[in-house]
Amino acid sequence: MAKADLLIIDDEAQIRKLLSITLQSNGYTVRHASTAKEGLITAATHPPDLIILDLGLPDEDGHTILKKLREWFTNPVIILSVQNSESDVIKALDNGANDYLSKPFRTGELLARIRSALRTSVLEESKPVIICDDLQIDLAERTVKKNDELVKLTATEYALLALFAKNEGKVLTHQYLLRDIWGPGYINQSQYLRVFIAQLRKKIEKDPNRPEIIVTESGIGYRFICKEQ
Amino acid sequence: MAEFFFNKVSKSRQYFLSLLFVCIVSFLCFVFANFIDYKIVAFILLVTVSLIAITFDIFPVLTAAVLSALIWNFFFIPPRFTFHVGSTEDTILFVMYFIIAMVNAVLTNKIKLIEKGAREKEEKSNTVKLYNTLLNSLSHELRTPIATIIAATDNLQTNSSNLTPNDKEELLAEISTASFRLNQQVENLLNMSRLESGFIQPKKDWCDINELVYDAVKRIEENKATQHITINISPNLPVLKLDKVMLEQIIYNLLNNACQYTAPDSMIQLKATYKPHFLEIVIEDNGDGFPEEEIKNVFEKFYRLKTSRTGGTGLGLSIVKGFTEAMGGSVLLQNVSTGGARFTLIIPAESTLLKKTDQWQKRIY
Repeated sequence: MAKADLLIIDDEAQIRKLLSITLQSNGYTVRHASTAKEGLITAATHPPDLIILDLGLPDEDGHTILKKLREWFTNPVIILSVQNSESDVIKALDNGANDYLSKPFRTGELLARIRSALRTSVLEESKPVIICDDLQIDLAERTVKKNDELVKLTATEYALLALFAKNEGKVLTHQYLLRDIWGPGYINQSQYLRVFIAQLRKKIEKDPNRPEIIVTESGIGYRFICKEQ
Repeated sequence: MAEFFFNKVSKSRQYFLSLLFVCIVSFLCFVFANFIDYKIVAFILLVTVSLIAITFDIFPVLTAAVLSALIWNFFFIPPRFTFHVGSTEDTILFVMYFIIAMVNAVLTNKIKLIEKGAREKEEKSNTVKLYNTLLNSLSHELRTPIATIIAATDNLQTNSSNLTPNDKEELLAEISTASFRLNQQVENLLNMSRLESGFIQPKKDWCDINELVYDAVKRIEENKATQHITINISPNLPVLKLDKVMLEQIIYNLLNNACQYTAPDSMIQLKATYKPHFLEIVIEDNGDGFPEEEIKNVFEKFYRLKTSRTGGTGLGLSIVKGFTEAMGGSVLLQNVSTGGARFTLIIPAESTLLKKTDQWQKRIY
C-alpha cells in the first residue's frame, strides 16, 4: 500500500537516518533536508504530505521557517523539539504546527503522531459516533456511554469531551481549549480546565489517576487517545 | 563587615574620609589640649591612623599619617602653632611618630594583601575540589550507561549468530535502560545549571496535584522499581497555582531517591494535604534512613553519603532543595522513629475557589 510522502528537515545526520529507516520500513516515502534553506526548496519542488521539522536548525530559527512554510503549505507539520521547551512548542503550535514530538521519543509515538496528523488532514469532518474501547460518544445525539451505560455529563464537560473526540490523537493546548470552550476572556483561567478535566476523567477513565483517554502533555495541553476496538 | 563596606568606597572618598577622620580627632584633642599631654595626643593620633589603615588602601592611609604628623607637630608639640620643635627629645619623638605611622600603614596593608591572597587561594581550591567531585561522579554516571550501550551493540553486531533471540531481547532492553539513564543524568545537569545560573523563576500555573503526582509516579514506574508506592492525596485538595515542572521534578527526585536507596519491595508513602495557603507533601519510606550526622549535608551539591554505593551524582537532592526554595518553600529531612526517612515539603500556593456549583456546571440531562 502506497503511504504518504514525508519530508524530514533536521540538521542531525543521525536523527535523519534513524527517522528514514523507521519511516521507510513503515511504508512511507521519505525525503530529507539538513538546513532550513534546503528544506524550503525541497518542500516547494516536491510538496510532501507531511513535514517533520526540527525547531533547532543552524541556519534559521524554527519558528521563522514554520511561518514561511505556512504561507503556502497546508499539509500537516510535526515539529521536533528538545525536552523542557514547552514555550517553544506552544509557540510553534500557535504558528500552525499540527503536533510535536520531543526528543528523545519512542518509535510508537512518532508513528502515532504521523498517522493522526495525516488522518485529520485527509478527513476533516468527523464520524457521528466515536468508539474508544468501552467509551462511546455519539456526536449527533450528544450522548456518552461507558460500557453501554449513559454517562451524565454537564454541558461544559460534554463540550470538552466532544472537542477532544473530534481531534483524536492531536495535542490541544490549554489556551486553545479555554478559548474554544469558555471563550477568549478565559484563556488565562486554566483553573477551569484543571477542574473540568479532573471531573471528566472521573466519569470516563477506568482509573482517573492513570488516565488513558485524556492524557496530559505536560506544560502544553492534553491529548485524546482512542484505542479502537 | 567594615572592611567589606570601605573596600567599596571610591579612592577619592577614601582620601576625603581618612583626612576628615584625622582632622576630627585632632580637633577633639585640640579642644582638650589643656587636659591631655601632647605625648598622649601622639598615641591617640597613632591609633587613629591604625584604624584608618585597617579599612582603607595604602595611599590614603599614608597621606593621613603625614597629615597627622604635621598636625601633631604644629598644634601640639611645644612651642605650639609652629613647625619648630623645641627639645631634642621632642625631635626624636616626632621622627619616631612619623616612622611608626608609616610602618603601621605599610604593615597593615601587607597583612591585608596576604589575607586576600589566602582567601582567593582557598576559593580556588574549593572550586577545583567541587569540579573534581563533579567530574568523578559524572564520568562514572555517564560512562556506565555508555559502556553498556557500546558493549551491547557490539555484541549484537559481531556475535549475532551465537545469541539466542532471548539474549538479543535482553541486550536491547539493556541498551534502552542505559539510554534513559543517560537522558536522566543530562536532565539533572541541565536543572542544576539552571539553578546555578540564578535565573530560575517559577512559572506558576494552575495545577491538579493529583495529576502531577501520578505523572511523577508514572515516570518512576518506567524505571521498573520494585518498591511499593502508596499515594494518599487529600480528596478535597483544591487546584493550586504552582510551577508544575519544578514540583513534578521534586517529587520524582524524592521518589527516585527512595527507590534507589531502599531495599527491593520497600514501602514508600506519599501524602499531600493543603492548609491555607500551603501545600504539604510528605514522602516517607521504611528503609534504613539517613545517618543523623549527615542529614544536614545531604542537600548539598554533589554530597554523597559516606556509606553510599557507587552510582548517583549527588545532584538529585540538591535540585530538590534548589527548586523548593525557588518556589518559596522549604524541605525538611527527618528519620522516622520506626526507621526510614521522611521528607516534608512545604510550598506556598494560591488555591482557587472554583466550586461544583459554578455557572459552568449546569446539567444537560
